[in-house]
Amino acid sequence: MSRVRIPPTLRNETHGAREVEARGGTVRELLDDLMGRFPTLRGQLLEDDELAPFVNVYVEGEDVRTKDGLETAVADTSTVILLPAMAGG
Amino acid sequence: MPTTYRELLQAARAEIEEIDATGAQRLLTDEDPPVLVDVRERDEWEQGRIGGAVHVPRGHLESRIEAAAPDRSRPVLLYCAVGNRSVFAAKTLTELGYERAISLAGGYTDWQRSGFPTELPRTLGPARTTRYSRHLLIPEVGEEGQLRLLDSSILLIGAGGLGSPASLYLAAAGVGRLGIVDADVVDETNLQRQIAHSTDSLGEPKTDSARRRIEALNPDVEVVPFRERLTSENIERILEPGWDVIVDGADNFPTRYLVNDASVWHDIPVVHGSIFRFEGQVTVFKPGEGPCYRCLFPQPPPPELAPSCAEGGVLGVLPGVIGSIQAAEALKLALGIGDPLVGRLLLYDALSGEFDEMKLRRDPACPVCGESPTITDYVDYVEFCSGVGH
Repeated sequence: MSRVRIPPTLRNETHGAREVEARGGTVRELLDDLMGRFPTLRGQLLEDDELAPFVNVYVEGEDVRTKDGLETAVADTSTVILLPAMAGG
Repeated sequence: MPTTYRELLQAARAEIEEIDATGAQRLLTDEDPPVLVDVRERDEWEQGRIGGAVHVPRGHLESRIEAAAPDRSRPVLLYCAVGNRSVFAAKTLTELGYERAISLAGGYTDWQRSGFPTELPRTLGPARTTRYSRHLLIPEVGEEGQLRLLDSSILLIGAGGLGSPASLYLAAAGVGRLGIVDADVVDETNLQRQIAHSTDSLGEPKTDSARRRIEALNPDVEVVPFRERLTSENIERILEPGWDVIVDGADNFPTRYLVNDASVWHDIPVVHGSIFRFEGQVTVFKPGEGPCYRCLFPQPPPPELAPSCAEGGVLGVLPGVIGSIQAAEALKLALGIGDPLVGRLLLYDALSGEFDEMKLRRDPACPVCGESPTITDYVDYVEFCSGVGH
């Protein structure tokens, strides 16, 4: 199980959880598992089944867009961070 | 057998290379000029010097010359008042392994007498030397760095949560000109975190309130207020005075994207910060060197998904942490020191007390800073986070 860090802007979707565990060998599988349990996350993360342009996903501190996108491999020990754009100042 | 000063000078002179003012002038205008070092005392240096010289008083020569002239194979031209101290200095450099240390015969006096240009170095003066003494003690800042700060111009987008600490620290640091863009007035809900304002400035424009506070803190700072919301219509006018760094502490996406696109087109680094509840993000977008905001987030989220600033809330001290990091980054950029947060996004979680760092990369397909940009004009995105409580 990988650990997925939920940003504060998405915690309403995860009933307040700051970190959840999810199963999957790739980012896509991981997100599918996550969205299966927290269905309202889907609209916040994906657009036309691809990563929405206002969200970034980091695996071990690296943006998956600079790797294999949603097909980027995730290890059991990986920490995954979801990072949507945040405007507050 | 004791040696007299005269004998010592003669012996040193016999060993080193000397050049007269005319020769020195020619050498300095060469394609590959020597490092020019003024070895006189501070009071002499303050009364005038040869342009382009670095000041390394003879008393500190051995310990400081390597910083001023790291390459021992590059010639060093030394001068003092009349060309005696520089002879000893040149001898010392030879002993330190410098391949060619030249002394200016006749020194600064002959140089001036020959009609070659001199310049009066700027100094801080006694009052500023005291005010900024803790900066002057840091080798990376020093008097030159402090003068550089006094000459710099930094534009703050927003005088709210992030803009408050950022503007106060930049003002205290002696940044000469601070532009502040904010259309709002001080509201009671602001005071839990926006420390540039206070109870007696309720109802006052934030630009006025912040200006009063900054001027009270440091009269060296000129505040340039823009009491307006940044739009595609006014952004070019606001950028017109020329800014070295932009500190983005805006509270909405439309402004963030305007700032980003403008910074790429005008080649101005942006210190970006944002906050929500217990968490903040901070990074530096430096055109040409790292990614821009659109490499990270090509488009803002649709209005219905954008978290509402007023609903979300924020821990009062959080903008203090993030805004202060922004100020530190802005000062580093203005001084040209250290490693700015270019290509790195720092996440701070106040609740867990943790910092995380994400790597950010330039996107060659970025619509603004990429190889074939598709956005070449300002975009006014729909306003979706209205002015309540930010």
